[in-house]
Amino acid sequence: MAQKTYADVKVDVNEEGYFTNPSQWTKEIAVEIAKEEGIVLTGQHYAIMEFLRNRFNGGEALSIRSINHSGVIDVKTFYQLFPGAPLKKATKIAGIPKPASCV
Amino acid sequence: MEQKFPIKKVSLICAKGSIEDVYATLILGNGAVMEGLEANLFFTFFGMDAITKNRMDKLHTGVVGNPALRLPGGMRMPTLLGIIPGMEAFTSWMMKGQMEKLDIPPVSEFLDLITAGGGKIYACKTAVDMFKLKKEDLSDHVSRILTVGEFYELAGGEGAQIIFT
Repeated sequence: MAQKTYADVKVDVNEEGYFTNPSQWTKEIAVEIAKEEGIVLTGQHYAIMEFLRNRFNGGEALSIRSINHSGVIDVKTFYQLFPGAPLKKATKIAGIPKPASCV
Repeated sequence: MEQKFPIKKVSLICAKGSIEDVYATLILGNGAVMEGLEANLFFTFFGMDAITKNRMDKLHTGVVGNPALRLPGGMRMPTLLGIIPGMEAFTSWMMKGQMEKLDIPPVSEFLDLITAGGGKIYACKTAVDMFKLKKEDLSDHVSRILTVGEFYELAGGEGAQIIFT
């Protein structure tokens, strides 16, 4: 298992850079992962990441559709906040595993 | 993963209107958008039902002449059962229920998601003429009605693929 250092903290990640131990995540760490992805985090980013983390911790599957039902932001905004591959980027920055879903 | 010749754009063609044909296109298209790829979804012939306002959420799956169809429990469904009134509606209802469990949305909502991510929806000129459809019959997400030539024009580019579902 690989390790990476963010904000002076060593964290466990897989070969794609996703956290294998989500409890090691902090908001300070998120800022640095986001920087690698070329994203500057705002309140909206944190709000949707909190939603994703809660959903993951609750054992629920993450899908693009769930974002629309999150009550936090709509999908269009989600694509703007995390340009390119939003669900992959958002989960990476939120310190949770990459979603294993086709939707 | 670094790829030498990554796919950058997909243009999907949907020419059939059954649940499984339409969803193959929608899932591939939405998946492309989620991966950050450019996606064009082109609907033609019976695939037009998927972008026709009053039909898109009422798609059915064929129960006659579908040898892969199984009854709950795994036994093959005899084709003759398919002619029982209500069988097609029941099977379609079951399919939609199973998809809902996987968080796969109804067609109208799927089009919302795809276009929210920048995916484009197109209708085929020949099919529009043939089925005597008007632009207002079609989903508001349909950006244009295209000829074949126009479709090929927008499907081109480096790392571009055309997929016929």
